[in-house]
Amino acid sequence: MTHATTALLLTAPVAVPLAASAAHAAGGLRELRPHRRAAHALPRHSAGPVHRPPSPRAPAEPAQVTGPATGGPATGSAAAGPATGSGGPGVGPGGPATLTGGPRTEPPGPPPLGPDDPAAAPPPATGPHAPARTTGAWLGLVSPATILFCGAALATTVPQRGPVTAYGRLLRADALTVWLLLAVGAVAALACAANPAHLAHERADAGTARRYNLLIHAFLAAMSAAVLAANLGVLWIAIEATTIVTAFLVGHRRTRASVEAAWKYVVICSAGIGLAFLGTVLLYYAARQAGIPEASALDWATLATHADHFDPAVTRLAMSLIVLGFGTKAGLAPLHAWLPDAHSQAPAPVSALMSGVLLSVAFAGLLRYKTVADAALGAGFTRTLLAGAALLTLALAALLLLVQRDYKRMLAYSSMEHMSLIALGTAIGTPLAVSAALLHIAGHGLVKTVAFCASGHILRIRRTARIGRVRGLLAEAPALGVGFGLAVVALLGLPPFSLFASELGLARAGFAAHHSGVAAVALLFVLVSFAALVSRTARMVLGPPPEPEAVADGPVRLGVVAAAPLVTGLVAAAALGVTTGPLTRLLSAAGEIVGRH
Amino acid sequence: MNDSVYTQLLDLACGAFLLAAVVVLWLRQLSSIIRVFALQGAVLAALAALLGVREGRWDLLAVAVGIGLLRAGALPHIVRRALAAGTPPPARHYEEDNSEAREARPLVNVAASLIGAALLTLLAYAVARPLVELDPTPATRALPVGLAVVLIGFFTLVTRRRALAQVVGFLLLDNGITATAFLAASGVPLIVELGVSFDVLLAVLVLQILTTRMRAAFGGTGIDDLRELRD
Repeated sequence: MTHATTALLLTAPVAVPLAASAAHAAGGLRELRPHRRAAHALPRHSAGPVHRPPSPRAPAEPAQVTGPATGGPATGSAAAGPATGSGGPGVGPGGPATLTGGPRTEPPGPPPLGPDDPAAAPPPATGPHAPARTTGAWLGLVSPATILFCGAALATTVPQRGPVTAYGRLLRADALTVWLLLAVGAVAALACAANPAHLAHERADAGTARRYNLLIHAFLAAMSAAVLAANLGVLWIAIEATTIVTAFLVGHRRTRASVEAAWKYVVICSAGIGLAFLGTVLLYYAARQAGIPEASALDWATLATHADHFDPAVTRLAMSLIVLGFGTKAGLAPLHAWLPDAHSQAPAPVSALMSGVLLSVAFAGLLRYKTVADAALGAGFTRTLLAGAALLTLALAALLLLVQRDYKRMLAYSSMEHMSLIALGTAIGTPLAVSAALLHIAGHGLVKTVAFCASGHILRIRRTARIGRVRGLLAEAPALGVGFGLAVVALLGLPPFSLFASELGLARAGFAAHHSGVAAVALLFVLVSFAALVSRTARMVLGPPPEPEAVADGPVRLGVVAAAPLVTGLVAAAALGVTTGPLTRLLSAAGEIVGRH
Repeated sequence: MNDSVYTQLLDLACGAFLLAAVVVLWLRQLSSIIRVFALQGAVLAALAALLGVREGRWDLLAVAVGIGLLRAGALPHIVRRALAAGTPPPARHYEEDNSEAREARPLVNVAASLIGAALLTLLAYAVARPLVELDPTPATRALPVGLAVVLIGFFTLVTRRRALAQVVGFLLLDNGITATAFLAASGVPLIVELGVSFDVLLAVLVLQILTTRMRAAFGGTGIDDLRELRD
């Protein structure tokens, strides 16, 4: 691979989502101009810079662009009724000007879903935006596709030829990076495919939809940057950037509960990750004292090779802070309190991204530090910290799952359970265990995305997040019931889904490495969570629907585009569970980076 | 600059830095707290400048100017603006001031908070002993001060019940980390310093906007009102 190709492959996963984000911001500016000329006094802030969303007190911006559902994101918007706000204004690099076909006819889609769809289509759009708007949904898939493509391209060379770097030592990709890049890309593709339908059902106006898309793409860019960063300081910056970007996604709905969730999220995560930065600073101090020059004293590869000269006491202090800090962001106890609130309040695709990959990306940051600390201290210290945090989290998650009454919170606690299993795999620390943990990351990401997207549809149909009020989903909305049910089955760790394979691998690795006690306690808590999830989900999915008249005129249909991400995610998770296929070599190479025999 | 003057100036700056954090715990009026926080930012900038002069590194002086602008200028300004947005016109005298602008009922009262600050400082000295032993210079001997401010910031974050007091707690924590970085290794590399400063600025802007939303949704900025989400 030439140098330029490498640089391109390493830059694109960050640059393309950033460009998409900037395009959404620029779209806001561009839309504003004609309105100004037409003397429509718009709030000044709607043209505001990227990082300054408007004050919530300002009146909602008028929906500037509304149009009947046209081809574009296709049957999805048709199933979703009129595509008000689907996917933001299409402002890719091409710009709306190139897309000036006349308003297309609405394809005969399945009947609108749910009683909340507007009966009449909004007035036809004027100006060049309407046709462009529908392409926005497709453009939303460009960033995930880029991330996936770059991951796949790197996966063909990195396991054989070793890590590649770009821009001096700024970006770096080894097998672990590539694996996470693939996971981020896959989950982001599913979540972004679910975005247009979500926005359409929310009946978001153009401004809201634009802000939402802008933040989603910035979020993807930050996660890619965190995965690709070679410098531990840059890694930290990218992880903190994900907190900042997702704050308004969590608070997207502007209800009391979502404001509260966003506040807790930003305060707890920023403070927690701040501790991790203190740990990074101390590690930097240890590295400088060990004679590493300033320029490379935060470079991961340098640190990992020279860590045996680090002062053990300082490294121990640094590592404790880092486990606490990155553990906050990865949903590990004791600073996990933000997680169920944020995941239950965020819009479904955002919950999917946060739960599916953000937790794992933060945890992968912790993996980088672990290799450094293990080289300095031996494996015992980090193992004790991680195993302690993981068991505590597992116990908390299992107990709270038992008393859970809200299905989105239930999924959030299930994420904590799975993150603690991943942490346990890392604590065991053999290459087999780490590979199993990495497989668990990918499988959990896919399946949890399906579960959260399905829960978004349930919330829309039933208008409640209470488990007790949802009954007989299978009878009312068969496709949705099957999707949600299968996602939970996969989360339980049943075959053929990949979580079965990875949990089996984790258990085997645990017993093989003579950590039978820890493995047995973990299994016990996993069984408790299993029982809680089964009983709650069975109640939701099976049985007769609460109001027989609701299904009198046939079951609720999900629509092709709404169902596509669910089916794709489940199929991918099942395929990954049957065989890792061409990814096997990548996975074992990634396991070797972190694992120690 | 000879050694003793340098050490004295360094200790003076660190003392003022720690004192500012303690005074934040002691005060209740949010506007005064923000003023003290701005002073602490200025002291932090002076500390960076002092280290820059001592080591003859002019890039550190530029960093010090940046830190001064951010931590004594921009951040206090943002917090003050968020405060002003929610402060009603001044009440009459001799009336208990229960307004937004005052930390009326902290979880731990002021006297206990000050004792807590003393204990946290002792803890910081105990924890930092291996850090000092690794390379005992005047700067690293002052390292515990940075850690103490981190701990006091965390304490403020946990015990104060006004949103903006929590923001100040978060910023104290961040000041403490920056001070630790300067005292331990004359600061982190420039690109990291820039990124971190940018992140902190954005985080505070986000928190300011969330405060506004909180006021719109809950009619105030009391953290105790946030009880929609429970298990």
